[in-house]
Amino acid sequence: MNRIPNHPILDEEKPGKEVQIFVDGKPIMAREGEMIAAALIANGIYINRYTAHKHKPRGIYCAIGRCTDCIMTVDDVPNVRTCVTQVKEGMRITTQHGMGVWSEEGRND
Amino acid sequence: MKESLKTTGAPSLEELRNSPGFPTREQLRKGPVAIIECIEEIPCNPCEASCPQGAITIGENITNLPKLDFEKCIACGMCIAACPGLAIYIKDYTYSETMALLSFPYEYYPLPQVGDTVQAVDRHGKYVCDAKVIRVRNPKSNDHTAIVTIEYPKEHFDEVVSIKRIVMP
Amino acid sequence: MIEVELAIVGAGPAGLSAAIEARRAGAEVLLIDENSRPGGQLFKQIHKFFGSRAHKAGTRGMNIGTELLRESKELGIKTWLKGEVCGIEDGHKLWVVIDRNRSEFVKAKKIILATGATENAVSFPGWDLPGVMGAGAAQTMINVHRVLPGRKVIMLGSGNVGVIVAYQLLQAGAEVVAILEAAPKLGGYGVHTAKVARAGVPLYVSHTIKRAFGTDRVEAVEIVELDEQFKQITGTERTLEVDTICIATGLTPLTELAWLAGCKFNYIPALGGHLPIHDHKMRSTQPDIFIAGDISGIEEASTAMEEGRLAGINAACELGYITQEEAENRSREIWDSLNSLRSGYFGQKRRDSKDLMLQKGKEVIK
Repeated sequence: MNRIPNHPILDEEKPGKEVQIFVDGKPIMAREGEMIAAALIANGIYINRYTAHKHKPRGIYCAIGRCTDCIMTVDDVPNVRTCVTQVKEGMRITTQHGMGVWSEEGRND
Repeated sequence: MKESLKTTGAPSLEELRNSPGFPTREQLRKGPVAIIECIEEIPCNPCEASCPQGAITIGENITNLPKLDFEKCIACGMCIAACPGLAIYIKDYTYSETMALLSFPYEYYPLPQVGDTVQAVDRHGKYVCDAKVIRVRNPKSNDHTAIVTIEYPKEHFDEVVSIKRIVMP
Repeated sequence: MIEVELAIVGAGPAGLSAAIEARRAGAEVLLIDENSRPGGQLFKQIHKFFGSRAHKAGTRGMNIGTELLRESKELGIKTWLKGEVCGIEDGHKLWVVIDRNRSEFVKAKKIILATGATENAVSFPGWDLPGVMGAGAAQTMINVHRVLPGRKVIMLGSGNVGVIVAYQLLQAGAEVVAILEAAPKLGGYGVHTAKVARAGVPLYVSHTIKRAFGTDRVEAVEIVELDEQFKQITGTERTLEVDTICIATGLTPLTELAWLAGCKFNYIPALGGHLPIHDHKMRSTQPDIFIAGDISGIEEASTAMEEGRLAGINAACELGYITQEEAENRSREIWDSLNSLRSGYFGQKRRDSKDLMLQKGKEVIK
């Protein structure tokens, strides 16, 4: 809904392959290889996480991987910067609360 | 300080008339001519090389203001898309008894169509009058800077510089 | 441990230009960038660049990016993407985390830091709401990812970044409700402000944001007029309906690696604050570390590319691939070109600040 299919300078968009990802359990369509944060905005999702103490919503701020405002839990790994992480078919993304929770599946040590 | 430019974003006619790229009233009324609204010293000179007539001079120091030789300018329009600042357009006061012609750079989607009635605006985007689209050119060499030509009533000759963006339905 | 002659951190305009020059001279180059795609911020610059033909004026930033990538590919420059340089030791050793799960160590005879900059934030009540973002963030979303982060936008800051991104938001189909500038005069080039002004965007000088309203997302913004001391004038508040607030209040150089490496710094506010001291060859106070681009002072992509070339040429010279004489001659040409970019009403201040830095470099670097 928030995509820019036509543009005066960038010409008509040639959309890549569509993939399905899950946000808080709900399926949404994304474009293969695009950043998670972009896929969420394309689907009208603006909140990535809630802060630890005041439980305030946060969205993208820098969009280039510096500020960590857009971190979410991705495939059981918390604190993933969604603006610089590409979507993959079947990816499970959850809105993060505070520091997030590491599940057994997410550990890779 | 260029008061109008630096507080409202757009230059006033007076500020423009004091710059070497802006024609005098007499020159403007003679026939089609380029108008350069570039009144600040910025490091930029593609307009100079774009002119096949050698009518635009900047010189060795690339922050010099562009100077237009109105005798040499044939209003071909090559400079319009060459200007990275989209600050050059062409006007023709002599187009018809009642109407003037304006060719200006346009980088929005969608482009207007020939024959459309569009809203002509001044330097602050304020509606001035209706205008008719005469020509739309968007050759590859312009790299997506389209050139739109409109005709509009002569009494608004000086104010009109562009049109309201066409918003997709 | 991997050994290379020259490691370059950052594959933006400065890093790429440095890599191309050094590789062309014959040096063995490893270019490292944390992103999945090289080019830095060039690919979101969809406007035509200024300058002269030598600076690729009239070409859109993204096309300059494509050109640089083509050249670096032709030269076979080894590039590590998704490589975050997390440490620097002994002035020669880099600790790189690849793909967030594996460490590599690189020992380089020479290092060029071309790490770029990050956007400044401004705080006001509500500034942490979703919908408040850097102007560059909005620019990345619309021009690189092609999604609109909002429909009704207010821009805080009228420097070139603010007015260019405002124009590009219009091009992407958004509405720009206003551009605010705290100073009594607008900051950006007049041709840029004129472009958004005739598109009907109001520009307000001596104005700032008082607060943002919203629960899950920005819903409105309260703006206020400022007096000559930049104090808010009570009673001048106005509320505008917006869903996005873009912050374009300058950039700060990303200098962490230079600090870690022990480079000496100099404070130059006009160029973005604390900066590693450098000389006319772009050498830092660490003998084998060069810097280029925004890390050496906030400017534009055109100056970053020239500085990158300087660093690349001089690093290649120290590695023995270019004679001293040739390096000096070519550096002189690049300095002429840089000086032409740093002149006039907008450039002179940067020129003067750079001169201060070079003076300092001359004193400190042998």
